Amino acid sequence: MTVSVSPGSLEDRKAVIDAFARRHRFKWYEAIPWVAAIASYFAFDSYHALGAQMFATILFALSLDLLIGFAGIVTLGHAAFFGVGAYAAGIMAANGWQEPLSQLLVAAVAASGVGFASGLIVLRTAGLTLLMQTLVVAALLQELANKWSSVTGGSDGLLGMKIDPIFGVFRFDLYGDTAYVYCLVVLFIGWLIARNIVYSSFGRSLTGIRENPNRMHAIGAPVDGRKIAIYTISAALAGVAGAMIAQTTALVGLNTLALSKSGELIIMLVIGGVGQLYGAFIGVPLYMIAQDRFSQIDPIFWYFWIGLFMIFVVVFARGGVLGVCGRLLERRSSR
Amino acid sequence: MSEFLSITISILFHGVAMAMVLYLISVGLSVTMGLMGFVNLAHGAFAMAGGYMLVLLMKQQHWPFGLALLAAIVICVVMSLILERLLYRRLYGGGELDQVLMTMGLIFASVGAATWLFGPVSQSLEPPAMLRGQINFLGRDFPTYRSFLILCGALLVTALWLGLERTRFGAQIRASVDNLRMAQTLGINTSRLFSIAFALGSGLAALGGGLGADFLNVGPNYALEYLVYFLIVVAVGGLGSIRGPFVAALIVGVSDTAFKYLAPQYGAFFIYAITMAILLWRPRGLFGQSA
Repeated sequence: MTVSVSPGSLEDRKAVIDAFARRHRFKWYEAIPWVAAIASYFAFDSYHALGAQMFATILFALSLDLLIGFAGIVTLGHAAFFGVGAYAAGIMAANGWQEPLSQLLVAAVAASGVGFASGLIVLRTAGLTLLMQTLVVAALLQELANKWSSVTGGSDGLLGMKIDPIFGVFRFDLYGDTAYVYCLVVLFIGWLIARNIVYSSFGRSLTGIRENPNRMHAIGAPVDGRKIAIYTISAALAGVAGAMIAQTTALVGLNTLALSKSGELIIMLVIGGVGQLYGAFIGVPLYMIAQDRFSQIDPIFWYFWIGLFMIFVVVFARGGVLGVCGRLLERRSSR
Repeated sequence: MSEFLSITISILFHGVAMAMVLYLISVGLSVTMGLMGFVNLAHGAFAMAGGYMLVLLMKQQHWPFGLALLAAIVICVVMSLILERLLYRRLYGGGELDQVLMTMGLIFASVGAATWLFGPVSQSLEPPAMLRGQINFLGRDFPTYRSFLILCGALLVTALWLGLERTRFGAQIRASVDNLRMAQTLGINTSRLFSIAFALGSGLAALGGGLGADFLNVGPNYALEYLVYFLIVVAVGGLGSIRGPFVAALIVGVSDTAFKYLAPQYGAFFIYAITMAILLWRPRGLFGQSA
């Protein structure tokens, strides 16, 4: 994944240029998640509902990866956009607008609007203040959803959602068969968008901003504008993920906006690996399958162990699963 | 008119009491942030631990209030020293993301551990008989416990400020916040300084969590639920500042009390809105150093 640039012979330089020219091309291993997802549809017949939720959460984590991993914006309030998307789709569905794809669109627009507006304020700061402000934005929206109960259902959650069949043909069923395929397709589109962003010059400039904002200012990159742009895009993707969860579970609650939601998402992403585009595809399934298993045995202990595990990952296994695998591969090839 | 006056006094009184609690808990966070640049999101977990210790030592072991409070502080200080040596130390000067992750992990672990040890229901503090009821001051009745809280807070804040301004240790802390490298060059043992400052901050948090158990309910989700308040106090006050958070705590305490009393239908909405407005005006907080 990384290309080391060192002054050397002409061939060395050529190899580097080649590597840069090839980095955006599709590699064979990028097909693995999709093949696995399609195979899982047939292999795990009774887990389609869980699978659908997993895909939506992967999209959510992917949108967070764009911020944390590529732009270096560490946020504690990413659930804000997820929640806005979920409530947008939910409120439409509960009030007679039942067409799912237009709901996704509205959710994306609503979430990106919130992302743009809050980004204008929040991204002026950094560090602890930025963390606090992202958290406050989510808390503000949560309080709004809690108190504006005539529209949002308040602390009881939004009930009575009705969703039309997709294209008027594919009905959302009890087993989650339709939901599985629907979420997978939307995730695939979201992934294509994210991948294109990451490998575009815009995406490269985000990495530059992450590594050294002062220098990016110095070479004339519009740092603030780009941060706001990626914040808005990421918010839109998170909003779509929220809307998918709302549509497939037919329930929206205050917890979609909670800090614990953002915290769990960060943990899922980090287990997989941050800033590598595929961390979400590894971390989210690992987390959700483990949660599905262990919280049946002992739900109280889940938070305790996941917390300890997180500390372990940070102290001993930097970079999550992908980071550790990458280091192992490097060690083998350097031998 | 007299009704307006008594409402104002009541709001100010309860607001200041809440501010004391918020300040005691948050000041340690501001100092660790200023000293080590460490984003310790799990700071509230120490306050929670203090709250639990105090409540349970009093309820189950029937210890007297003062002794239980002291024990709670000592236990939290020891716990924080161990954690500092074991975990925090590794991430000084490390990336912000790693710090956020590790302290987030600590928060989740604290939520799980507290649920497992003490159950999901939040615990309530029973003040000792001496501090129950009302006291009469200038012809008005005030709840005794909250008066005690304000008094305690005022004494502690004075002691803290004097300690930082007048003692050698305080001077070392101020020097290190200003310029860590220069302080090291001058031979200040910053590693020990970090440990002591961290333990002091955690002890104060435990004290705040214990005393403030009737403002901030001691439950397993404590560290998650009130994190936003602690971060607001620190960020609005200005990172690394000692006095800034006090002003911020007063703003948060009084306005939170006022809005919850005057416009309860909006909940905590206005506090968040005010916070955003202040940071829009001064992104580095009220008393933050300008770059």
